[in-house]
Amino acid sequence: MRDAFIARLTEVARRDPKVMLITGDLGFGVLTKFADEFPKQFLNAGVAEQNMTLLATGLAMGGRTVFTYSIANFPILRPLEMIRNDACYHGANVKVVGIGGGFSYGSLGISHHATEDLAILRSLPDITVVAPCDLYETQEATSALVSTPGTAYLRLDKSVAKPLADTVEPFVLGRARRWREGTDLTFVTCGGIMQCVLAACENLATDGIQCRILSMHTVKPIDREAILAAARETGGIVTVEEHTLDGGLGSAVAEVCMDAGVIPERFHRIGLRSGFSSIVGSQEYLRKVYGLDAAAIVGEARRILATGRNAVVSVDATG
Amino acid sequence: MAERTFQSTEELALRIRRHAVEMTHLGNSSHVGACLSMADIVAVLYGSVLQFDPSRPQSPDRDRFVLSKGHAGAGIYAALAECGFMPVEKLKTHYQDGSDLSGHVSHKGIPGVELSTGSLGHGLGVGCGMAYGAKLDGETWRTYVLLSDGECDEGSNWESILFAGHHRLDNLTAVVDYNKIQSLAPVRETLELEPFADKWRDFGWAVVESDGHDHDALKAAFSAGPDGRPKVVVAHTTKGKGVSFMEGQVLWHYRSPQGDEYEAALRALGARP
Repeated sequence: MRDAFIARLTEVARRDPKVMLITGDLGFGVLTKFADEFPKQFLNAGVAEQNMTLLATGLAMGGRTVFTYSIANFPILRPLEMIRNDACYHGANVKVVGIGGGFSYGSLGISHHATEDLAILRSLPDITVVAPCDLYETQEATSALVSTPGTAYLRLDKSVAKPLADTVEPFVLGRARRWREGTDLTFVTCGGIMQCVLAACENLATDGIQCRILSMHTVKPIDREAILAAARETGGIVTVEEHTLDGGLGSAVAEVCMDAGVIPERFHRIGLRSGFSSIVGSQEYLRKVYGLDAAAIVGEARRILATGRNAVVSVDATG
Repeated sequence: MAERTFQSTEELALRIRRHAVEMTHLGNSSHVGACLSMADIVAVLYGSVLQFDPSRPQSPDRDRFVLSKGHAGAGIYAALAECGFMPVEKLKTHYQDGSDLSGHVSHKGIPGVELSTGSLGHGLGVGCGMAYGAKLDGETWRTYVLLSDGECDEGSNWESILFAGHHRLDNLTAVVDYNKIQSLAPVRETLELEPFADKWRDFGWAVVESDGHDHDALKAAFSAGPDGRPKVVVAHTTKGKGVSFMEGQVLWHYRSPQGDEYEAALRALGARP
């Protein structure tokens, strides 16, 4: 996703000299071509994420659209107050790009596990939060954020879902893309974990269980209509995220349902339970450990389909 | 649009001080000491240094002024009102229910405020972004950022100071209202800044030290250079300046002038209570 982002940003930057990229001293090799082609549109702020975010705001106030770039936790957690008070409150065109969402950098340890970012940024006013699941969504999100005024967070993943041949819905910011049709359940997901959801649904389909899949690439503002339609038209909603369950995508989907008074027949959230991961490993390994891989998703889907309407689903702590 | 109301920077400073005392009195709010401390700096900037047009607060060629010590909001609102950005009468709403004149400075609804602040350590980095952008665009307007001394405890400032020095942002001027007192105690007892000028110099800045209450000295400090480096004016000031019983007192960082103290403060500033 990182390379797809840079490729699209390069196209955009050629057309629009007001588009700028600031890195917090990360992106070895990845950003070199961009830096060489656009010396006036590229800046390495050094290992100084607070100042990077402040610079971006000041530059945005002068009419630029500024992308800040680093490994997911770094451009958001330390400078969170700068994102809130400076970028968001002033409606500044600052687009924070976090690479390595979820367990992308699983082997590097918890400092590099970006597993609370969606919840934290979703709680800020006046921000758009996007977590694409494939390269197409990554590129389209990049363009869309340039043409959407205000502050945004773009969460990029190391893993990428392989698009389905029949996935033809265009990317529209704030509108879920329907990746698969089905009436038994709807999976709502965001980010590269989509690849596990796709594999799970193929497995379920062999038993005749047909699931709808929504790529909820825009976590904020969220597509209420798509969620409520899924609640009404399918046998339940299962959210899947490579992220803590506290306040993330699943919470957002639940809020939409409860606020509208639309209770899905079944509702279940798959994600990380309480606790940090003190073990390390590849993204694939950690997904398996924490019950986020295709096999775990299949198991959860079968379990909740076997339960009755509005049954309370017990969940095991995995932290 | 309101009109400019003062004849000299000294007169503007006096008006800022009177407003600050009255606003903090009416609002029962804090930080009068910090407003009095910076009044001369702000008056010199708005009265003779900054290029702006209150009828066109967003004009692209204006100088940018960022009040990073956002807790002194009353002082900057007073300056803006006296310069014609808003009616002086509006100042009475400061801190009141439903007002947009918040205790810490906000840009929403207040023309002339570039940046909302209140959490310390934000203004200089945004100022660096403004100045860096101006250089990229070949613009000649300047960016000014006013910091407090206590604010320099914030590490984010030192990231920004490092950046501005490295990139030789000579279109950026920082001013430190160095009154030597922070919230709870003197600076030297909290986190010593000295040798303060050397720190800035070592980070690649041109340093001008000035009496922060002497208007001629301040004007000279602001007009010096540029010499290819960002400039900091370390302005030596007295907290609570202008009201003798507030001067140099930690108490008046948070205390609001009420009753006899309010009347005495106004009398000290030559105004009728």
